[in-house]
Amino acid sequence: MNRIRLLFQALWFAITNGYVRGFIEGKIYQGETKKLCVPGLNCYSCPGARFACPIGSLQAVLDSGQYKLSLYALGFMAAFGVLLGRFVCGWLCPFGLVQDLLHRIPVGKMKKKKNLPGHRYLIYLKYLILALFVVILPMTVTNFMGMGDPWFCKYICPSGTLMAGFPMLLMNEPLRAAVGILFSWKTFILLLVAVLSIGFYRPFCKYLCPLGAFYGFFNKFAFYRFNVDEEKCIRCGKCQAVCGMDIKTWEAPNSMECIRCGDCKAACPTDAITSSLEKLIRDVKARGSSADGEKI
Amino acid sequence: MNSKKRAGSFIRYIVLAVSLIMIFVGTRTGEIMTVFQKAAYICLECIGIG
Repeated sequence: MNRIRLLFQALWFAITNGYVRGFIEGKIYQGETKKLCVPGLNCYSCPGARFACPIGSLQAVLDSGQYKLSLYALGFMAAFGVLLGRFVCGWLCPFGLVQDLLHRIPVGKMKKKKNLPGHRYLIYLKYLILALFVVILPMTVTNFMGMGDPWFCKYICPSGTLMAGFPMLLMNEPLRAAVGILFSWKTFILLLVAVLSIGFYRPFCKYLCPLGAFYGFFNKFAFYRFNVDEEKCIRCGKCQAVCGMDIKTWEAPNSMECIRCGDCKAACPTDAITSSLEKLIRDVKARGSSADGEKI
Repeated sequence: MNSKKRAGSFIRYIVLAVSLIMIFVGTRTGEIMTVFQKAAYICLECIGIG
């Protein structure tokens, strides 16, 4: 399951960040698809990006001083959320892929852990970041023209630093000359997240990502959900043991923290956990075979 | 199908419809161009310059 997911993540990354010319020339893509948001945290200033980042787009509209609300970006985010929930985090986010790869780095005799100390409180930090850095500060801290800053992108987002900052600076001499304290701060955050990702599972997704926080609200009623068959479940706890997000799947299959990686489904000894997609396919097959039976 | 499941199913479709309407309205009000202008040029804040 892990290998399939990794391949899928890599393929999705190649599709959404496949503007090779950007990496060669140090320029960014300016085609029509840049008007559309992708589901994951994918910086639009990455030289390969063919689409727009939903969190960046939301802040761009809010801090422009022209709109009180971004119906466009929120519409994309709500549509992805209701269709997929945090499946986006597990399968479609480039920075999720980066963290997954970092977590594969061996650490010798040290034991890898799932959570940081204070996990039960730290998980709420991402909701604070969503409210404060993505919505409130860009809208309220404005200059004389009524324009603000994209606070999350500017002061926190390590995905932008890694996928846009470093490639753009490497390929552009004038940009390198403008590097200052802000870049050092953002590099520090990136390094901190990267180092933590080696020892702990997806710390950015768990504690900091405002997009994951937003999609989490949809997990309970999204089209893509998990279901636990109470009759089959023996409460052995194997699902939680393999879950990087440390979720008691048998109690909360649609937890706001679940990134839908599917490791719990693969580990379940009684096949008690199914996704809504699998259920749909099974129902369609059953309907097809019963229709065939009626014909005979 | 019990009432809880039916309500969940109803909410899903409503949210999807509303989100598509929001995208459409955002396109008509010009938000789409604000997004494009930000996305099609280097965002200095995003890369940590300014």
